[in-house]
Amino acid sequence: MQDQQLWLIPALPLVGFLINGLLGRRFPKALVNVVALGSVLFSFAWVLKTFNALGGLETAHVERYFSWIQSGSLDIGFDLSVDRLTAVMLLVVTGIGSLIHIYATGYMSHEGGYYRFFAYLNLFMFFMLTLVLGNNFLVMFVGWEGVGLCSYLLIGFYTLKKSAGDAAKKAFIVNRIGDFGFALAMFLMVVNFGSLDFQKVFAAVKPMPVEQTAGLLTAIALLLFVGATGKSAQVPLYVWLPDAMEGPTPVSALIHAATMVTAGVYMTARSAVIFQHSPMAMDVVAIVGVITAVMAATIGITQFDIKKVFAYSTVSQLGYMFIACGVGAFSAGIYHVVTHAFFKALLFLGAGSVIHALGGEQDLRHMGGLWKKIPITFGVLACAWVAISGVPPFAGFYSKDEILLAAHHHAPWMYWVGVVTAGMTAFYVSRAIFMCFFGDYRGHHHPHESPVSMWGPLAVLALLSLAGGMYFKVPHYLEPMFPAAEGHHDETLVMISVAAGLLGIGIAALLYVVRPGLPDTIAAAFGPVYKLVYNKYFVDEIYDAAIVNPLVGTSRSFLWRVMDAGIIDGIVNGTGFAAKTIGGGLRLLQSGNIRSYAAWVTAGCVLVLLAIGVVAGGVR
Amino acid sequence: MPAAVPVSYYLILSAILFGLGVAGFLFRRNIITVFMSIELMLNAVNLSFIAFSYQLRQVDGHIFAFFVMVVAAAEAAVGLAIILTVFKNRSTLAIDDVSSLNN
Amino acid sequence: MDAFLFFLFAAIAVACGINLVLQTHPISSALSLIGVMGSLAVLYLLLGAEFMAAAQLIVYAGAIMVLFIFVIMLLNAGAERSKSTSLLAKALGIPALLAFLGVIGFLIQALLPNTELVKFGAFTGGTAQAIGRKLFTEYLLPFEVTSVLILIAILGAVVLARKEI
Repeated sequence: MQDQQLWLIPALPLVGFLINGLLGRRFPKALVNVVALGSVLFSFAWVLKTFNALGGLETAHVERYFSWIQSGSLDIGFDLSVDRLTAVMLLVVTGIGSLIHIYATGYMSHEGGYYRFFAYLNLFMFFMLTLVLGNNFLVMFVGWEGVGLCSYLLIGFYTLKKSAGDAAKKAFIVNRIGDFGFALAMFLMVVNFGSLDFQKVFAAVKPMPVEQTAGLLTAIALLLFVGATGKSAQVPLYVWLPDAMEGPTPVSALIHAATMVTAGVYMTARSAVIFQHSPMAMDVVAIVGVITAVMAATIGITQFDIKKVFAYSTVSQLGYMFIACGVGAFSAGIYHVVTHAFFKALLFLGAGSVIHALGGEQDLRHMGGLWKKIPITFGVLACAWVAISGVPPFAGFYSKDEILLAAHHHAPWMYWVGVVTAGMTAFYVSRAIFMCFFGDYRGHHHPHESPVSMWGPLAVLALLSLAGGMYFKVPHYLEPMFPAAEGHHDETLVMISVAAGLLGIGIAALLYVVRPGLPDTIAAAFGPVYKLVYNKYFVDEIYDAAIVNPLVGTSRSFLWRVMDAGIIDGIVNGTGFAAKTIGGGLRLLQSGNIRSYAAWVTAGCVLVLLAIGVVAGGVR
Repeated sequence: MPAAVPVSYYLILSAILFGLGVAGFLFRRNIITVFMSIELMLNAVNLSFIAFSYQLRQVDGHIFAFFVMVVAAAEAAVGLAIILTVFKNRSTLAIDDVSSLNN
Repeated sequence: MDAFLFFLFAAIAVACGINLVLQTHPISSALSLIGVMGSLAVLYLLLGAEFMAAAQLIVYAGAIMVLFIFVIMLLNAGAERSKSTSLLAKALGIPALLAFLGVIGFLIQALLPNTELVKFGAFTGGTAQAIGRKLFTEYLLPFEVTSVLILIAILGAVVLARKEI
């Protein structure tokens, strides 16, 4: 197979980043748009061209560019590769990325730092594409760290807001914990397999026996999963994602809903061979997924910030994807990545459109009755709503269905928990929609519809949310890589999950449209429980008390006062003092008198000669 | 008295002359004398070059001495020009008075 | 005869060298230096370096020393006013110098115990022809570089001797 110049796919956004980042300050907005959009769209076009040239992609297409790290027998190259899994991810990243770029030109038009925003966004695209295209774990890790950096930069985009800066730091630090696991997993691979190339590692793993008790592969799989929990916001490292909503809404849609957070799922699916050799690790993945899905869904029910609702929804849906991975249905997990990217990006962008219309208002309690005022936004959000609620035949139904069936085949209780969560999902999304668009308007700002640059992409995404699940049969496409799980298609199970979704919608309609006073009564009746959930189970507070405060305290009292001020500064100042004292003594020698210098030179010559004499005498 | 002296005697003579050059450099105050002391040191080194050349029966030592001589000539030209300039500016030849390096 | 000539001219050279250091008037020092150079020329001749002996007389004693004396005359340099020389230079310099001579002497005797006896006419490789052959074949590049060096020296001297500096 001939060279496809895969490097162009990530390189184009990088060029866009360099141009906008270095020169964008002086560019007019139109030129910034041309550079940012042009590079991403061209990248998308190149992806399409590559697939056109590569055809069916029955086997992976690998391109080697240069040897990056060579040490002994270890040789890590900067290699990129495309196979069917990569293909799906590439299309999602570049496709949705392009749409969100277009949307952002409208959404960000009144914001300062316009060029900076698009430079970061392009940089994110570069790293995300590197992550997806990398042919070994290290190149993947480069992308992995890079998207974390961009996430940090974009969450903290509103540099004047303290909460944004705090959220950015939180995201960065929590992700570090996960990356630590990823790095350890890579070390284990290097030590045991002598390579980080996907092909070589998986070829080495394949003949090994499936580990019934914990062993090497379990350790690697669990460490990789630690990385995934950080990036993909799973229990216990999910806490950064809701806070990440401090960033601009297009960022929430692109990075914290559609692409970056699914990197953990991609990585798990990519390492499927390793996970499949360790049933224990698979169980951990599935159970963490279940816990995350339920916990985030319950929190989502109680939130009033529209973006927070969708953020917890994202966490919950990511939990679904990990359930799929954990029960061995990797293709179903990726399927959900794709459909989720469609409808969650749409939800966020729609929410952004609402926020934009209301001049920055994010609280659901101050919305209502908007469907008349911003009908287009309502229309597209309704599409996302039915998609995420699992109403057939829209996108979410197909992928959720696959996951739940696979879960039932693995362990029926997971199926039932999944069904309940699906009901809750339908409930909280419906709740947000009803509170936002129905009833009486409770805000003060005069709403206005968004420009076409915003609702254009929304319309495309709405189409994808409606038809994407039916049209893109991802599991079928991925069959060569992940053989379809055996198990029959049980119509009853499907009916039950659909019913749960419809029930969720129905309850929401009852509570928020028919009897608007009821929710408060219920909340009051379940006082303590409601409080617990509303405050997100006090997880942040627990983390603060258990980890953050002791760390900060130790840093303040010991590391700063004793280590830094006492020992390190002491060493530095002592060095300076010693140099000053010795210099003061030596200064007396610098008389400026040429002949005393000459005398020193002579004395030095004598010493050198003596040394030569000693050495020569020794030789003889 | 022996009929001939070994080459090492020439080397010792060279060392003595070099030492005298160093002494002149160290103890004389007149800048011209200091300069002449440097010439004396160069001559001493030349002598050992030529002595070694005799010992090894090779002419290369002469060539080195020749180059030293050329460099000494160039050095004398520039050095004396500098001395003239210093004298023009400061009206002194005493090396201790030319101590701008101090502070 | 060889030994006699060596000792005679070595004695003259050392005496002139001491005189160079001790004299306070630069013109006396210069004349002493000419003495050193002349006796060195004889010693070169003894070592079979006839071209170098001639060059020593012509270039050193002839050209360079004339330049020195010319400058001394031009500046009308008188005797040094006897002022105490740097104490540090004396305290450090004299012991260092003596140690230097001692070490050198020791090294020469220790490293080169049986050097050849110097007999006039035993080495005839130092003719103008032999040196010329070497200079224009093996050492051609350094020779050419030397010419550049001299050119630079001339330029430097001209620049330094201009009035404005």
